Amino acid sequence: MSDSYENDGKAHEQYIAEVLAQYPEKFAKRRKKHLSVAKAAEVEPDAPVGEEGPLLTECEVKSNIKSIPGVMTIRGCAYAGSKGVVWGPVKDMVHISHGPVGCGQYSWSQRRNYYVGTTGIDAFGTMQITSDFQEKDIVFGGDKKLDKVIDEIEQMFPLSGGISVQSECPIGLIGDDIEAVSRRKGKEIGKTIVPVRCEGFRGVSQSLGHHIANDAIRDWVLDKSAEAEWEAGPYDVNIVGDYNIGGDAWASRRLLEEMGLRICGNWSGDATLAEMERAPKAKLNLIHCYRSMNYICRHMEEKYGIPWMEYNFFGPSQIAASLRKIAKHFGPEIEAKAEEVIAKYQPLVDGILEKYGPRLKGKKVMLYVGGLRPRHVMTAYEDLGMEIAGTGYEFAHNDDYQRTGHYAKPGTLIYDDVTGYELEKFVEKIRPDLVGSGIKEKYPVQKMGIPFRQMHSWDYSGPYHGYDGFAIFARDMDLAINNPVWDLFDAPWTDGGELLAAAE
Amino acid sequence: MPQSAEKILDHGPLFREPEYQEMFARKKACDGAASIDATALQSEYTKGWEYREKNFAREALVINPAKACQPLGAVFAAAGFEKTMSFVHGSQGCAAYFRSHLSRHFKEPCTAVSSSMTEDAAVFGGLNNMIDGLANCYSLYQPKMIAVSTTCMAEVIGDDLHGFIGNAKAKGSVPEDFDVPFAHTPSFVGSHIDGYDNSIKGILEHFWKDNPVVASASETINIVPGFDGFCVGNNRELGRMLDLMGVSYKLIGDAADQFDTPSDGEYRMYDGGTTIDDLKAAKGAKATLALQHWNSRKTLEYAGSVGQETASFNYPLGIRATDELLMKISSLSGKAIPEALRLERGRLVDAMADSQAYLHGKRYAIFGDPDFVQAMARFILETGGEPVHCLSTNGGKEWAEDMQVLFDSSPFGKDCKAYAHKDLWHLRSLMFTEPVDFLIGNSHGKYLERDTKTPLIRLTFPIFDRHHHHRFPVIGYQGGLRVLTTILDKLFDKLDAETNIAGETDISFDLTR
Repeated sequence: MSDSYENDGKAHEQYIAEVLAQYPEKFAKRRKKHLSVAKAAEVEPDAPVGEEGPLLTECEVKSNIKSIPGVMTIRGCAYAGSKGVVWGPVKDMVHISHGPVGCGQYSWSQRRNYYVGTTGIDAFGTMQITSDFQEKDIVFGGDKKLDKVIDEIEQMFPLSGGISVQSECPIGLIGDDIEAVSRRKGKEIGKTIVPVRCEGFRGVSQSLGHHIANDAIRDWVLDKSAEAEWEAGPYDVNIVGDYNIGGDAWASRRLLEEMGLRICGNWSGDATLAEMERAPKAKLNLIHCYRSMNYICRHMEEKYGIPWMEYNFFGPSQIAASLRKIAKHFGPEIEAKAEEVIAKYQPLVDGILEKYGPRLKGKKVMLYVGGLRPRHVMTAYEDLGMEIAGTGYEFAHNDDYQRTGHYAKPGTLIYDDVTGYELEKFVEKIRPDLVGSGIKEKYPVQKMGIPFRQMHSWDYSGPYHGYDGFAIFARDMDLAINNPVWDLFDAPWTDGGELLAAAE
Repeated sequence: MPQSAEKILDHGPLFREPEYQEMFARKKACDGAASIDATALQSEYTKGWEYREKNFAREALVINPAKACQPLGAVFAAAGFEKTMSFVHGSQGCAAYFRSHLSRHFKEPCTAVSSSMTEDAAVFGGLNNMIDGLANCYSLYQPKMIAVSTTCMAEVIGDDLHGFIGNAKAKGSVPEDFDVPFAHTPSFVGSHIDGYDNSIKGILEHFWKDNPVVASASETINIVPGFDGFCVGNNRELGRMLDLMGVSYKLIGDAADQFDTPSDGEYRMYDGGTTIDDLKAAKGAKATLALQHWNSRKTLEYAGSVGQETASFNYPLGIRATDELLMKISSLSGKAIPEALRLERGRLVDAMADSQAYLHGKRYAIFGDPDFVQAMARFILETGGEPVHCLSTNGGKEWAEDMQVLFDSSPFGKDCKAYAHKDLWHLRSLMFTEPVDFLIGNSHGKYLERDTKTPLIRLTFPIFDRHHHHRFPVIGYQGGLRVLTTILDKLFDKLDAETNIAGETDISFDLTR
């Protein structure tokens, strides 16, 4: 745990005022509600950080509201939330990007949801399967084409476990009935076919896509759970909301297995349809990405009486806290094992902190990501002695900002649905030692001479979850910040960009 | 415990450690997916002729296509103009995708704003989004021009860009005389190369329509490069050649600087590009040439309609394709091709002659945009290779006919075939049933390399998993040298890899090749 620190809230408020001044008045007003500075709450000085502890700050801003047009929002769409996030990783299903070619093309293999399988034979994760709509499909409707696409998938990929239909914008606009086609074809081929109404224009961000995808699991998958082949055990859990980016879910699964739990379903990184179907047989749902999968946890709680629990596997302090919290649910035997696991990995943690702590201590970080990371990774940085100067979410809701208050230090700059303009200005003003965000933000930030790590894809590294992942996380932050390239930006014959006067 | 602070293993080596391998086995035993035997059987089956026939019988399903959608081309096109912001009218996720896609290839920033249309706009149309969007874009990003394109959402509901932009100007979103060219770019028609074409045409129309300048008023030649992931290297190389010739020319859209800004502490949102003044003057050019015919059909037709002479090429890569471009420019401009270029040409021929023994008779599969495939096949024929499978998802019937003419022009083209509107899953069947030595295409080809064990040579957009290739030219004689070397490196690496087991295969592990 790092020393307590506080950010310069006054300066941050000033930066907010400065960026707002650039907007037309009407939109300055709207954007103002999304920008804030974390205000200190009254807490004991050594109160624990994380969702189990008290609120450290108040971080609330308006969120989950339409982006204003023309500003370069970093957000994506509902299709990205469903196909890209929730459904895409289910490896033995063929996911049809239903509509024009682009959506599937741009999202092809970009999430890095790792899986074990033979692609194109029994797994289909890194493929771009599309109905490639043409003008005639828009004019006459695409249901007939979808029918044929499903037949051809059966021809090409007979070992698939099922199919999902991921709707792109036109589907909902031209009045196609993908539910009817899915139902009929599902009976015909004897496999689960899941229609998902995740057209990109629905909602304000990826977030509605997550919700719609969750609902589709509820309506089209879980109803088969009674028939699922799975002999329930006392320590069965589901890992929910871990998409196995760079292998995250595996690094997590290992710890849970080591402490004596059995993983019933892994949602949805490296998942199979069977794992989705049998999930209601588990005793506990462990949810990592609350934002994208809390809906289905709530549903399973209501319908099957399965409790759910949030956890955080980024960085040793939260990993240990989470392991203990999870173990407590199962009683002393598992609790003892959890302590063994924590003790087993302590030397690794000590080694990492010893190696990287001195190189990273006091370095300032700004984050702008989605899902759970803008808060969950804060403590991983702090474990390394780093400080979080600002954080924000692409598609959070109010409850995410509430939860952020359990992590953020006073004075932290908070930005919701930040625009390209705002982020660039904030980074320029604060000049952190590291920015963690996405591919669209990476290169502008690096041009300014500020180290950057992509925190969606782990910048092609990972895993970052669990103890194995924390080692990689620490290494990656060090290699980003302490690379010599950042010292080469200024040509030696110039002084602050101006040509030096010729020697006399 | 596989992990240690001394030697940190990331996903590559980490998951090969026994702890993880055992965990995978435990998971596989109960994951409900196809059995190992069934998978092996099906895997073999997909390599055969019967599967190939089923594969080619597909009429609706598209698997791993080698094309993107129109607005991507429009965003790329807009990046070629001075201080121009791309404005994508429709759903906002699209703009995020285009920016990511281009950034992943160029390893550079890519800007574009969206009008962020949602359900209400689907019902009432996106006029308000246009009005507000232009105003915000103008005040935040201070562009000189905003180039508007559309996503399929806006196209399906039938938003009228011309009317909307007029409306927005009337409401004061941007000044009346501010340049807002536009293009309708429906994703369900054509591909990114058509979006490029529509966008360039839209921009030219905007500046030329009521412009009194008459064609042939100047000696300048306009050049439309086309959608080109290698624009950084190529546009500069083209400029170098034309400067050597002393030709007066203007690129219509030049994204070389925009996608290659230096790291010196300043983030340049805009850099380089064709200026608005040059665009206006370009109407008076003597001629407009397109480097990529299939990328520029509408643009050239429009240039022709204002009285300009036009000509198109299929990506001037290799000896004869470069010869043709230079000769055409020479005849249009009256400037001789200088000795320096003849020497460069000779050096490329020299290099090809030096390596011909290794290249002669090699078999290739080539995929990509139609102009690229045409150019690449032609160059392979020049090296004595056989471009056996030439596939273009966004190539059409006419393209396939042109390809056949190309094959017929060389004895090495005898067994070659062009596949229009086919995808990389078709190519997989072709490569299993009729194997080739090398695959030439983009990063998406790596799955074919994995499955068929055919080495992939990355020479066209998008290249996500190798860095900086696009900073070097592939067109012209210098570019030809680069392409030649890239192919040869792969070839020699393969040869070495096949002969490098000590005491077993290293008999032919030759020092000199």
